[in-house]
Amino acid sequence: MRHLSRISAPTLIVAMALTACQGEELTEEPDTLTLISHDSFVESAGDTFAPFTEETGIDVELLPAGDAGALVNQAVLSKDNPLADVLFGVDDTFLSRAIDEEIFRAHESAHIDALDEELRQQDDLVTPIDYGDVCFNYDKGWFEDSDLEVPDDLDDLTDPAYASVVTVEHPATSSPGLAFMLATIEHYGEDGWLDWWAEMKEGGVNIANDWNTAYYSDFTRYDGDSSIVMSYASSPPAEVIFADQPPETAPTGVIEAGCYRQVEFAGILEGTEYPESAGQLIDYMLSVEFQEQIPLTWFVFPANNDAELPSEFIEHTTIPESPARLSADEIAENRDRWIDEWIGVMEG
Amino acid sequence: MRQIRWGWVAVAALPVIFIGYFFVYPLMRILALGLSELSIGASGVEARLFRVGWFTLWQAIVSTVLTFLAAAPLTWAVSSYRFKGRRLAMALTTVPFVMPTVVVGAAFLAMGWRESIGAILVAHVFFNVAVVVRTVSTLWSRIDPRIQEGARVLGASEWQVFRRITLPLLRPAMAAAASIVFLFTFTSFGVVLILGGFRYATLEVEIYRQAVTLFDLPLAAALAIVQLVGVGGALYWYSRYQERTAVSWTLERGSNLRRPKGRARIGVAFATLGTLLALAVPLSTLISRSLAGSYYPALFREDPIVGVPVFSAVNSLFFAVAATVLATIIGVLAATVIVGRTGDMSRWFDLTLMLPLGTSAVTIGFGFIVALDWPIDIRASRWLVPAAHALVAVPFVVRSTVPTLRSVPTETRDAASVLGASPFRVWREIDLPIVSRAAMVGAAFAFVISLGEFGATSFVARPASATIPTMIFRLLSRPGQSSLGMAMALSVVLAALTAAVVMTIDRARFGNVGRF
Repeated sequence: MRHLSRISAPTLIVAMALTACQGEELTEEPDTLTLISHDSFVESAGDTFAPFTEETGIDVELLPAGDAGALVNQAVLSKDNPLADVLFGVDDTFLSRAIDEEIFRAHESAHIDALDEELRQQDDLVTPIDYGDVCFNYDKGWFEDSDLEVPDDLDDLTDPAYASVVTVEHPATSSPGLAFMLATIEHYGEDGWLDWWAEMKEGGVNIANDWNTAYYSDFTRYDGDSSIVMSYASSPPAEVIFADQPPETAPTGVIEAGCYRQVEFAGILEGTEYPESAGQLIDYMLSVEFQEQIPLTWFVFPANNDAELPSEFIEHTTIPESPARLSADEIAENRDRWIDEWIGVMEG
Repeated sequence: MRQIRWGWVAVAALPVIFIGYFFVYPLMRILALGLSELSIGASGVEARLFRVGWFTLWQAIVSTVLTFLAAAPLTWAVSSYRFKGRRLAMALTTVPFVMPTVVVGAAFLAMGWRESIGAILVAHVFFNVAVVVRTVSTLWSRIDPRIQEGARVLGASEWQVFRRITLPLLRPAMAAAASIVFLFTFTSFGVVLILGGFRYATLEVEIYRQAVTLFDLPLAAALAIVQLVGVGGALYWYSRYQERTAVSWTLERGSNLRRPKGRARIGVAFATLGTLLALAVPLSTLISRSLAGSYYPALFREDPIVGVPVFSAVNSLFFAVAATVLATIIGVLAATVIVGRTGDMSRWFDLTLMLPLGTSAVTIGFGFIVALDWPIDIRASRWLVPAAHALVAVPFVVRSTVPTLRSVPTETRDAASVLGASPFRVWREIDLPIVSRAAMVGAAFAFVISLGEFGATSFVARPASATIPTMIFRLLSRPGQSSLGMAMALSVVLAALTAAVVMTIDRARFGNVGRF
């Protein structure tokens, strides 16, 4: 800026003010877009948005907002003066709340055809970006040393020999816990699911409050007493990648029975000044370029069918063929009652 | 006509603006929003409210009493004697205070503690022993030994001296420590979630569940008010008690530590080593897990997902320094007002400053979201983090300075004024030197509160810079042996950093200030 030093300060200020005004009138391109999301997304993001900035010249500022529940709540509480342009990280269990409060603005992504039809939401108010399968993981070493076979059916698990070595998370305090409860409802129906849980209780199932406790305190792999814990389909590849000495094969495996598919969505926040650029950002998140970074960055699966999975995800895990899934409306309508009924059986 | 004393207005302005803008205003906004939708009489709500409220209250009282019992031996040792490792022992007791609850919870479970009320109480003691040791020993070590010696000469036994003289003199500091431990355990969140299983819920846990998981903002607001009333009641009782029991007596300029002799040596050794060992047991599981592989070097390497883990220490230190400076300035100004002005205004002011410690973090966090876009939008500002930490830290500075300030005889100040000193000069020459050591205790707490990420920041949007606790949490939320190992190693780094910082602050003296 040295060459400007001869121009008097007032002239400069007026000139800058004029440019600023013009900028607003002529283009609708912001310098920065803000993307609000849950902590785990933001903290791992690294430079995954750099290609978008290179292409469009728009910086992406990431704003972490606590867990998924806190994220949606904050978006609702601040809807009159939103904190960001785009929100990512709302899943089926919180989606109804967000949609009822009308915080999103519809957007049909340019890559929408690369998605499974069943992932799409009504009116394209939100765009699916990734999914994760909540599944039972078992400790391979433990089963090798035991007489028990690895179970492949939810009915098997009620046998006390299995039930007493199973840990699941509490549906009221944990997101995989809630997902698995929904899976049992889908599997056994409204009439039968509580009977299954009653038998599990009888058989000595262990309930943990959160995923951390279930995995790192109760799993036999980490000196706990349960050889089957509720975790994710992506956990076995993570065991390979985040090992001191990466093993040939994953030390844990996935049981297909009882899996539940959680889908995560992105949406343009109503009230943004730059809906078009915000739409571009969502399109970028659904592009193959971004989607192929998803597995090894966040340990979930890309929603775009054209994205290829990294080898670790192909070798070390099983993607369940028909995971359970309930609609956001059904969940919103019944969740509180289901949790109460579950508590009635398990804590009564 | 009453004369307005502009000097006091100036001293009070900063704390009032701070507490008003960062606490009272957001709290009012969020409660108003929640209550406007409240429909009274939902079925079963009252019964649940009563059950949760009662559990919250009794576990807090029992936790506070147990913490005092556990802290007593070490407090006695460090307040009465000078011995090798004394400063180190005090620094090490502070370590549990900052440990993330998820780490301590895992350590307790690894030791074989199952989810139970016993585990909750033991964990509460583990976290809060430092509060009692540090708050009480500041005052105890400076009791004029001549008072006690006088009594002994007149034939009183050691026990009589302690019960009749030392204990009454310590009451203000004990009440201060008790109020802090009570508030911390009354609003306990992580410990109850992890170690309580799902059978136990404090109001804090219930507010989180209602607001965040079940979206019942009205019920959450109602619960938050119940919590506020409980906390307010306890604090009101406390502030009346403190005014009644405060006595002016001459504090020794330095501390009066003797070298332990004879039987006292054994007592000191037992008290110190015993307490440290008890506190070290849960921590030892993290140390052994952190050493199970080459996890410390891994903290310095680029991780494909979370970056270089140890860089989070830089962010933590930045926030902690900012929060400490802010909390110390505001806390000392506030304490000056509280001690200098008597009557209801001063009492209410004191009470309001303490309230953030007993208000649920979700309530304050969501309050920030609805309120702090006025007059300018600071909801996603970097500075909101130290401000939120300072909100929790200010009570520590106030509580550790007020008892000391109260003990300055008014005659000393009056004499200085009569001799022509300006009010500012009186404060600088008399109050400040006396108060600075106590303020240091508060500052140390402010620092560790920020290091440990206490307060509303975990529930609100904030700049994307990971601190040590959020990095530990991040590592622990992905599977894999090295994730666990690195999380444990980083916890040990946090422990070491805490001990080092507390030892440094304990040594620090600013010029002549604080050198008595």
